[in-house]
Amino acid sequence: MDTLASPSPHLAGRWRRLWAGRASLPLATTLGAALVGALVLLPLVFLVVEAQQSGWNQIERLLFRHNTAVLLWNTLRLVLASATLCMLIGVAAAWCVERTTIPGRRLWAVLLVLPLGIPDFVVGFGWVSIDHSLHGYLPAVMIMTLSLYPLVFLPAMAGLAGVDPALEEVARSLGMGPWQVFFKVTMRQMLPAVLGGCLLVTLGLLAEYGAFEILQYQTFTVAIFTEFKLGFDTAAACALSLVLVALGIAALAGELILVGSGRLARIGSGARRKGAKVKLGRLTIPVLLGLFALAALALGVPLAALAYWSIRGSSTTLPSASIAGDALHTAELSAAAAALATVMAIPVTAAAMRHRNHLSTMIERLALLPQALPGLVVALGLVSFSVRYALPLYQSALELIVAYAILFLPLAVVGVRSALALAPTHLEEVARSLGRRPVSVWVSVTLPLIAPGLGVAFLLVFISSCTELTATLLLRPTGINTLATQFWVYTSDFAYGAAAPYAALIVAISAIPAYLLSRRVAKPSRTTQS
Amino acid sequence: MNGTSALEVHDLWKGYAGNKVLSGLDLEVPEGSLSAVLGLSGCGKTTLLRVIAGFESAQQGRVSLSGRVLDDERTHIAPERRDIGYVPQEGALFPHLDVQANVGFGLSRAQRRGSTVSELLEMVGLGPLAKRMPHELSGGEQQRAALARALARNPALLLLDEPFSSLDATLRGAVREEVSALVRRQGTTTVLVTHDQEEALSLADSVAVLRNGQIVQQGSPQDIYATPQDAGLANFLGDANLIEAALADGRAQTPLGILQLRGQTAQQQTPRQGIVVIRPEQLTVRATNENKEGVRGIVERCRYYGHDALLTIRQSDTTSPVAPLLARVGGEHALPVGTHVTVTAAGAVSAIEETST
Repeated sequence: MDTLASPSPHLAGRWRRLWAGRASLPLATTLGAALVGALVLLPLVFLVVEAQQSGWNQIERLLFRHNTAVLLWNTLRLVLASATLCMLIGVAAAWCVERTTIPGRRLWAVLLVLPLGIPDFVVGFGWVSIDHSLHGYLPAVMIMTLSLYPLVFLPAMAGLAGVDPALEEVARSLGMGPWQVFFKVTMRQMLPAVLGGCLLVTLGLLAEYGAFEILQYQTFTVAIFTEFKLGFDTAAACALSLVLVALGIAALAGELILVGSGRLARIGSGARRKGAKVKLGRLTIPVLLGLFALAALALGVPLAALAYWSIRGSSTTLPSASIAGDALHTAELSAAAAALATVMAIPVTAAAMRHRNHLSTMIERLALLPQALPGLVVALGLVSFSVRYALPLYQSALELIVAYAILFLPLAVVGVRSALALAPTHLEEVARSLGRRPVSVWVSVTLPLIAPGLGVAFLLVFISSCTELTATLLLRPTGINTLATQFWVYTSDFAYGAAAPYAALIVAISAIPAYLLSRRVAKPSRTTQS
Repeated sequence: MNGTSALEVHDLWKGYAGNKVLSGLDLEVPEGSLSAVLGLSGCGKTTLLRVIAGFESAQQGRVSLSGRVLDDERTHIAPERRDIGYVPQEGALFPHLDVQANVGFGLSRAQRRGSTVSELLEMVGLGPLAKRMPHELSGGEQQRAALARALARNPALLLLDEPFSSLDATLRGAVREEVSALVRRQGTTTVLVTHDQEEALSLADSVAVLRNGQIVQQGSPQDIYATPQDAGLANFLGDANLIEAALADGRAQTPLGILQLRGQTAQQQTPRQGIVVIRPEQLTVRATNENKEGVRGIVERCRYYGHDALLTIRQSDTTSPVAPLLARVGGEHALPVGTHVTVTAAGAVSAIEETST
C-alpha cells in the first residue's frame, strides 16, 4: 500500500497490519466508503456551521428559553408514553399470535403488521378527518401508538419464534412457573429484538412532523419546521435541530447500553424442536376481541376514513388531473434516490465485511447514523450547505435525491449487508484459485449472488422515498410536487376529498413492504399443537 | 520419502493482531505425494493452507512450488497465478451455477466446450448429475464436485482443507477412499489438512504434525506412529503407555520385558535412564496370577469395541502411584473387570524426550 514511501519491509508490514485487519486492503473500496461517510456527515457539519453563524449567545438564548423546555417536555413525555405502550401492545399481541392456540394465526400476523404500511401523517389525517377535536397530548399518544406498535410487534414475533423451546423446558424442569419462565427466559432472549423495536418507535416519534402538525401537538420537529418555514430563521432552526440530533443519538446509545454485549445466541448445535402452544380455552373469545379491536383501530379507522373521503371527494370535486404527473415525479425521484443509496451502500458494506478495521467499522456505523436523523435535520443541513457553497443545487432535484439517499442509506446498508453475506469470501477465493482475476471474480461470482439482495435494498429505499414528507417539503424543486407534498397541500386546505386519493396511492405503495414483512413472520409456523 | 520436493515452505511467520499463528514453520512436500498436515483445531492449519494458496501473505519466510518462489519478502504471487487447486471445507460450490458450470469454472471458454468437463464428471462419478444445482447434491457429491473443479486445471498442487469433516461418519470413510484414490491416479501433489489422526495415518504418504505454529515432526505414517518425538505427540497419535526404562546397547530394559530400541536412541552407546513409548497393541495380557515374567495387575476397566477391546490395568506390584497400563486385545479376549493378569510387551519401541509432556 505504501510502496511509494517503501521503508523497510518490516515497518511497512507492521503499518499495514495495524491499519488493515487483513493482508490486502483494496484502496478503492475504502476510498468509496470514506466518500460515503463524508457525505453522511455533510448535513450534520453544516447544521453546526449554520447554528454557529448566529453566534453562541443567540444559541444559548434560544436553547434555554422557556419554550424550548416546553418542547423538550412535550417530546419526552410523548416518547415515554408511546414507546411503553408500543412495547406492551406489541409484545402481548405477538405472544398471543405466536404462542397460543388462537384461531387464524396467519391472518392476525398479517393484519397486525399492516398498519406499518400507513405513513403516520396519513393515520393522523384519517383520525382528525373523522373527529376534528382530536388535538393535544393524549390523542397524539394514542394515534402514534396505533401507528407504530408494529415496529415492536414484528421483532417480537421473530424473537418469540427464535427462542429455543428447549431453554423454556429446561427452566420449567428447574422449578420455574410459566410466568417466571416468560420473564426470566423468554423475555430475556427476545429483549434485544424488542428494545430494537422500541428504538425505532422512539426515532420515528422524534422525526415525525406531519402527524403532529395535523394533531396540533408541538414537538421539537414541529417547532423547527415552523421556525424555518414561517420564521425564515435558519440559524434558530439549526440550533434547535442540534438538540433533536442529540436526542436521537441518546436513544441509539441508550439501546446499545441496555442490550449490552451479552451473548444471547443459541449455543451448541443440533436441530431445534418445535415448542408446544399455550391452550387459551375460555380466554379464546376475549383474546380474539382484543386483537380485533387493535386491528380495527390501527388499520380499520384510517383505511375507512380514506375510503370515505375518496368516495365523497370524487363526487364533490373533479378528479385531480395532476395525480398521474405527481406520481411520475415521485417515482422518478425515488428511483434515482434508491439507485444512489444502493450504490453508496456497496463500498461501505464491502469495506466493513471484507476489510474489517477501525476505519471501515466506523464508516459503517456512520452510514447507519441517519436512522437517528430526522428527515427535517438532513434537509436543513443540505439547505445550509447549498445556500452557502452550491447555490445551483438549492431546491434542485439532485439535492432532494441526495437527501433521500442519505436518509434511507441505513435501509440500503442493511439490504446490501444481507446480500453480501450470501457471497462469502471463500467462494471468491476458490474462484481466484481457479485462475480468475479479481474483476472477473466480482462479475461472475459476487454480482450474481448479491443481485437479489441489491434489488431488495433498492425497493426499500424506493418505497421509503415515495412516502417521505418532511424533507420533501423543504427541498422539493419549485413547481414539482410529489404524492406526499400534494396530499399535504390539500390537507392543509381541509380539502380532504382531494387529499384522499393521494393518501390512498401512498398507502398502496408503502403497503408492499409491510405485507412482505408480515408474510415473513406469518409463514414459518415453528410451533405445533401440543 | 522419494523424489524431489514440490512444495517448500521455509521459516514461515504469520500472525494476526499480535497473535502468532505460524512461527517459523518449515514444510517439504515430495512431488506426487499425498501429504497430511495434522494438528488440533486452532493450531494454524488453515492459516498455513491460506498462505500457500495465496489468500494471505506471509509476514516472513518463503513459500515456493517446484522451485518457483510464490511468496517471500519481495514477491506475492496472486492466487489465480499460482497453479494451486483448493478445496475448502464444505466444498464451497458456487450456489448460482450447476455442477457442470462449477467444474468448468476455471477453464477457458474453448476448454469448456470440449470434453474435459464431462470426462472429469465421469471420473468423480457425477456424470448423470451434471445439470443439478449444488443444493440438490448430497454432502459427498458436493465434495467430489469441488474436487473435480479443482482438478480441472490440472494444478501443480492440490490443497484439501479438512474436506471430510463436514460429512457424517458413515459417508466419511467411503469419500476419503474415493478422493485419495482419485488424486493418486492423477498423480497430483496433494496437501491434506486434518485434525483426525486416523485420517492422516490411513490416507497419507507423509504426515507432518503441526503444533504451536511449527511442524514438530514429519515422516511416514509408520515412523511417526512408532517413533514420536515426545509424550504429547505419542498421545496425540494414539493411545500410549509411557514406561520408564534403562536404555543400553540398543535395548530398553522395562518391567514388561527387554525390548528392541528403534530410532536415533538405538545408536547411542552410553547407558542411561529414559522413557519409552509402548503402544497398547504391543502388550500381551494373560489371565493368571502365577509369578511369571512381566507386570502383574488387575483389570480396572474394559472398553469393548467389537473387533477389539481396550483394557485398563492397574499395576498391583508397586505401592507407588503409577499410571495404569493400556492394552489392546482381540475382541474375543476381552476380560471382565477384576481379573488378575500378567502383562508383557513385545516388538520394538522408541525413547522420547523427557522434558515435554
